[in-house]
Amino acid sequence: MTDMTAIAPARIRLARISPGRVLGFVILALGAWVVVFPYIWMISSSLKPTDEVYDADFTIWPRTFAGVQNYWDVLVGQPYPTFLLNSLIVCGGILAAQLVTAIPAAYALAKLRFRGQTILLGTVVACLTIPINVTSIPLYLGVVKAGLLDTYLSMMLPFLVSVFAIFLFRQFFRAYPDSIIQAARVDGFSEIEIVLRLIVPAAVPAVAAFSVFSFVAHWNDLYWPLIVVQSQEKMTASLSMMQYRSEFDINYGRTFAAATVVTIPMLIVFLFARRAFIRGITMSGVKG
Amino acid sequence: MIGGAERLARRQRRLAFALVAPAVLLILVIYVIPMVLVVLTSFTDYSLVSNGFDWIGLENYRHMAEDEQFGNALRNTLVYALVFLPGAFFVPLFLAIAIQSQKRFRSVFEIVYFLPVTSTLTAMALVWSALMDSRQGILNNVLTSAGLPAINFLGSPDVVLYSLAGITLWSIIGFNMVLFLAGLTAIPSSLYDAAEIDGASHPVDRFFKVTWPMLAPTSVFVAVTSSITAFKLFDVVAILTQGKPAHASEVFLYLTFLEGFEYFNMGYSAALSVVFLGVIFLFALVQTLLADRTTHH
Repeated sequence: MTDMTAIAPARIRLARISPGRVLGFVILALGAWVVVFPYIWMISSSLKPTDEVYDADFTIWPRTFAGVQNYWDVLVGQPYPTFLLNSLIVCGGILAAQLVTAIPAAYALAKLRFRGQTILLGTVVACLTIPINVTSIPLYLGVVKAGLLDTYLSMMLPFLVSVFAIFLFRQFFRAYPDSIIQAARVDGFSEIEIVLRLIVPAAVPAVAAFSVFSFVAHWNDLYWPLIVVQSQEKMTASLSMMQYRSEFDINYGRTFAAATVVTIPMLIVFLFARRAFIRGITMSGVKG
Repeated sequence: MIGGAERLARRQRRLAFALVAPAVLLILVIYVIPMVLVVLTSFTDYSLVSNGFDWIGLENYRHMAEDEQFGNALRNTLVYALVFLPGAFFVPLFLAIAIQSQKRFRSVFEIVYFLPVTSTLTAMALVWSALMDSRQGILNNVLTSAGLPAINFLGSPDVVLYSLAGITLWSIIGFNMVLFLAGLTAIPSSLYDAAEIDGASHPVDRFFKVTWPMLAPTSVFVAVTSSITAFKLFDVVAILTQGKPAHASEVFLYLTFLEGFEYFNMGYSAALSVVFLGVIFLFALVQTLLADRTTHH
């Protein structure tokens, strides 16, 4: 009897929505085509010789296959491996510093009591609203004065601490039961051990989500590298695309092979860490 | 016993200082000191190309009122935002609702629509500029073969902001869609059953009776963060148009960047940065006020 009442309305609703759902599917599929088409066009063009890229009748598979030549030019003839490595070093360095500074600070803010705690938390929240674009002038002048222009350190500097990570981890740590921490203290755990052996393992979902989020954001960043990078040796993958802003590089096939090489790593990261990435975004919304 | 608790508290305090020290130091260096300096710089005529500087009070702020480029950048940002924001809000809302009712292909759609969010926008912007090419681009091929006139997407002062809005919409839709999806999944299905009993059985009724009010906090968040994103437009301008043609795509943040890092008018650029932050604070304030209202609801 209870089963009947539970199923019946659901079935009615299902039947009624059905045409709407089909329409929804059609619109979603069309939209999806618009969304993926630039990728298809990019990869397709990266396999074509220059004169075929802008051919009036577009074919997905090239009539003359120039893929090997284009990618060889990008990966061997041009310093793209260096650009990718630079991005990797900068993003990895930023992430490591962010985790090392944010996790202990977040634990102290969540579970310990100390003077200045409220001020620190208030400062963290206030800094959440300050984008790099606002502080870039003093930071740039400081980097110039310190003679650090065009170094990895200057490329990482504004992001070595993430107030977002501190805030996020604090919310996460606060939910951790105090009784377990007390019990661990009684058992002779030091605070450092508590952080490393209890808190961090419990916070793995938050840490993973933040990590993917941070890595992708800094891989794609253009603004700060544009300001502090001056030589090709320090150029990041994202910044390297600025070389093509002038209309003078007429080797289109090679251009889009380069664009593919720059874009693919983060697409792979996303496909493998999709859940963590999406959690990172929804957590930023849930914080309230 | 009391002595032990006291000792533990003291030890905890010392430890807490050690734990927050690196973060505090970096927050000072990266946020607090630069914030103070940017405000101070905005009261000077400091320029990288000349030695020394003078305090000129509010002159930089007064200059904005008569600076044509400032007015132009403000107007451009506003036009861009008016095109961008409705799309950045309603398209993801629609997609999220449509995707939620799909069973089989739900995760496929989720992945596809989210791809642009993770993609390097500087690289994908190059692809879009090729698609939008005035003579040989695919978009114009489609238009002309449909008997429509070709559009100079990135080269015409009247169109360029719409084209940039199109590219940035493509890149943000998946982001907002994920936020809406999270909001939708959080709505208990019992509310829909209750609405059905109350006679709201048509999908449109259900949307206005349950979905829309329950989604209010998410909507506020999406609207505010998208407004901030619109105001921060930079990458696509820097790589595709550099403010051209005829300053038609010179938006607020790009002008601030030009003044500071191309013309080296650090004082004026600092003043623009302060105004920039002021606007963002305003958005944050609106969000806090609205968030309070929507949660009481």
